[in-house]
Amino acid sequence: MPTKRTASKISPRTVVLVTLAVGLGLPGALFAAILLLSPLTKPAVIDALVGRVLGVDPATWPWTGLAEGVAVGILAFILVNFGAIVSGMTVWWEMRVSSRMQSRVGYNRAGAAGFFQWIADAVKLLFKEDLIPADADQILFRSAPYFVMAGFALAFVVLPFGESLIAADLNVGVFYLIAVTALVVVGILLAGWSSNSKWALFGGMRSAAQVISYEIPAGVAVMVPILMSGTLSMQGIVRAQGAWPWQWNVFTNPASTVAFAIFFISQLAEGNRTPFDLPEAESELVAGYLSEYSGFRFALYFLVEFGNLWVMAAVATTLFLGGWQVPFVGPEAYAAARGAELIPGAAWWGLEALSMVVMVLKTLVVLNLIVWVRWTLPRIRIDQMMNLCWKYLVPWAFASFLFTLLWQLAVAGTPALATVSGIALTAATALLLVLFLRQTRANLVAMGDRVDLTNW
Amino acid sequence: MPTTVREYTGSIRDTVKSFWHGLSITLSYLVRRPITVQYPDRTTLPVRDMLPPRYRGFLEVDASICTGCQACERACPISCIQISLEKDPQNPKQRVVTQFDIDEAKCMFCGLCVEPCPTGSIQHTREFEGSQADLRNLVIRWSDPLHPFPVYKVDKAAEYLPRVELGTLVRAKLAARAWDAPGPRFLPPEPPAAPAAPAAGDATPAKP
Repeated sequence: MPTKRTASKISPRTVVLVTLAVGLGLPGALFAAILLLSPLTKPAVIDALVGRVLGVDPATWPWTGLAEGVAVGILAFILVNFGAIVSGMTVWWEMRVSSRMQSRVGYNRAGAAGFFQWIADAVKLLFKEDLIPADADQILFRSAPYFVMAGFALAFVVLPFGESLIAADLNVGVFYLIAVTALVVVGILLAGWSSNSKWALFGGMRSAAQVISYEIPAGVAVMVPILMSGTLSMQGIVRAQGAWPWQWNVFTNPASTVAFAIFFISQLAEGNRTPFDLPEAESELVAGYLSEYSGFRFALYFLVEFGNLWVMAAVATTLFLGGWQVPFVGPEAYAAARGAELIPGAAWWGLEALSMVVMVLKTLVVLNLIVWVRWTLPRIRIDQMMNLCWKYLVPWAFASFLFTLLWQLAVAGTPALATVSGIALTAATALLLVLFLRQTRANLVAMGDRVDLTNW
Repeated sequence: MPTTVREYTGSIRDTVKSFWHGLSITLSYLVRRPITVQYPDRTTLPVRDMLPPRYRGFLEVDASICTGCQACERACPISCIQISLEKDPQNPKQRVVTQFDIDEAKCMFCGLCVEPCPTGSIQHTREFEGSQADLRNLVIRWSDPLHPFPVYKVDKAAEYLPRVELGTLVRAKLAARAWDAPGPRFLPPEPPAAPAAPAAGDATPAKP
């Protein structure tokens, strides 16, 4: 061939090692930072540290508020970075998974298995010109991405990562979460309106209609775990559940299983994920509300869209799937390991890390489910989308809400009822899983194929 | 839109069933081998060897068996072949081909030139990679005035025509030229030299 490629000087082994180091080290460092910082940046701890290290009374020292603010600021910085990096890695993972589901290979050039592609894409977007259409509403157009970003970043305040690993365990956590995630709609609507483009306007309007409609079934479905645990606090909801599947909210109440399905579908719709990606339907609306965005502002929308996957998965895990509860480790174990010291001992940190691992694993499972659904179902029509919400999800959400009210009365009388339901539904789920895997195997064998994970 | 209870429950059942079967199908594809051929650098064979044998890629002329009949030039519907014949100055009975240019950039790979060739000298190969920074570099010169080749006289007694292996000649031509080689300059004809001093010739405005 006339083209002579200069051979790359980096050996494949180095590429794999660098990829592994970045791919595991980057999230690992962020998880470690969250693990360390979230218990240590609490105002009480900072106050005690100020009193002990500086020898001043934190109640009268004028800079106590500043010290607390700086500590929380550092934690916030780490959390936003965590959201951004998880978002980028989710893009890479989703592209790999989706391409294999479509018999393609996907990213495989930048780094081992194409892992650095998300970094390359982000850098490319940063270097692009930040175009603003001449007839766009300048101020709204420029400010819209910040609303979206704020709605995304604020959600991390109440996302639990482990037993004591949460930025702020608000006593109205779930309510707060639903409130701040609604900010994303404001940003999308602003983007659609200010672009002064028909595609963008239609996208923004569709998104507003869709997200506001699906807030209702989502909100009612969220009421089910709230009723079952009697608190709005995210950590409180997790503490009300057990570690084993038959102690999870999703199984201890038959209506909660329905509520979980409703919540999951509504989350997909609120995150504008396929099959509910009508606001940015490429075949109809170019890119919907994103049509006129470019460069960094576009990157922010993209970041939020994929970062929301983690938020959705973590919320579903917290509310229905037992959160960070570790088997055989009850609240007494945490209290015993915690002791009375200001900085707890290694045993407590180990337990916290364990609970974080459990939470992250569950979240990743749900995240993969969302990715999987996206590449399975085609986009639904707008009338079907509204039908689904108002004729199916809303009535069923209210039905499961009412059933839960009665169920809680029954459980208060006979506590064994929750256990029976939990074990029965767990067994049914396990059976369905086995049947599902058999069906998958049958699909594979029917085409004369076999499991073959080569050709990366 | 459901109007009866049966339709209502039926659509719920359909949704659950399509989730069940759809997710199962995509999961089964997740663990299969992708069929993608990773052109250009991760193929098991060079791609030209994976192409069908009658693929119509770049044209190749084997000068050793070209009779200089110009049938291919006449057959070409878009005149991308240019042939010139002259008498050999040393041997007036021998004609030589002084120009045999094929513009591969213009060629539409129809194969009409291959059909009338009496000896099979001009043929399509399975070569197709010829990226050039300059379009003019895609003109492949099988003969040029400095290196003409004599026309071939078919040996009636021969049982076959001694053609070299198909593809080797065009591959050598393509490999000899860097992708970013400067293209040939086709200048307008020189203006007639002015009888006066060369400085005056330079001063005359160039032909438009």
